[in-house]
Amino acid sequence: MRKILLLSAMTAAMALTACGEKPQDKLGAGSDKPAAAGTGVAAFTAEGWKAGDQASWSNHLKARANYGMNDHQRAPK
Amino acid sequence: MARMKFICDAERCIECNGCVTACKNEHEVPWGVNRRRVVTLNDGVPGEKSISVACMHCSDAPCMAVCPVNCFYKTDEGVVLHDKDVCIGCGYCSYACPFGAPQFPSQGTFGVRGKMDKCTFCAGGPEEHGSQAEFDKYGRNRLAEGKLPACAEMCSTKALLAGDGDVVSEIFRQRVVQRGKGAEVWGWGTAYGTAATKQGA
Repeated sequence: MRKILLLSAMTAAMALTACGEKPQDKLGAGSDKPAAAGTGVAAFTAEGWKAGDQASWSNHLKARANYGMNDHQRAPK
Repeated sequence: MARMKFICDAERCIECNGCVTACKNEHEVPWGVNRRRVVTLNDGVPGEKSISVACMHCSDAPCMAVCPVNCFYKTDEGVVLHDKDVCIGCGYCSYACPFGAPQFPSQGTFGVRGKMDKCTFCAGGPEEHGSQAEFDKYGRNRLAEGKLPACAEMCSTKALLAGDGDVVSEIFRQRVVQRGKGAEVWGWGTAYGTAATKQGA
């Protein structure tokens, strides 16, 4: 009796194998680091901020935008 | 947390295509793919307006909603990026995007449509920051280098603004307050004539 039960359980498991689903999690997209982490390539990195420091990066970009794009702020009053 | 946005000032854009050139050069974008382009309304007519258009990194991006393989993602900085290893080149994003941002390289056998390419806000992609793989697939990662997008930084008239939404909107607001609108804008009368000179002409 036990053998029949075991055999039927195995058969059922084999028959239902196709009903399973492989994990379809995408790996690439979720692995992106924040921009504030930096590139680690000193030659191309702008000076004036510390890689890994989010606040430092935000302040640096804010200052860069104001200096580079806000000519009303730069022009003599 | 920063939310990166582009604004193009139509009063300043002179259709020089410097932004387009800067983008293509910075990321070595192949022929046939234009991540950014300049659109002109009423071309040749006095009062014509030009704006520089690329991916607007929508807060509720329709490309993300329609992608069947879910290759899009949004970074902490609010930049909409995609994973080219996941993209199947179906083109749904191209139909969904109201700005025509998704581009498809057409080289290869029989001009087969390749993986989608679009503006990354100079933020690279899911590869290691600053790596050769990232550059090859997505272009340079200027944000991680502490720089703003090349198109905006190269804009000669500073028509194209890029950066944190709060910062660029404040710059734009300051401009509008100082210059006025329509015929109040500096240079308008010189270029297109005032109401008085038009009557006399």
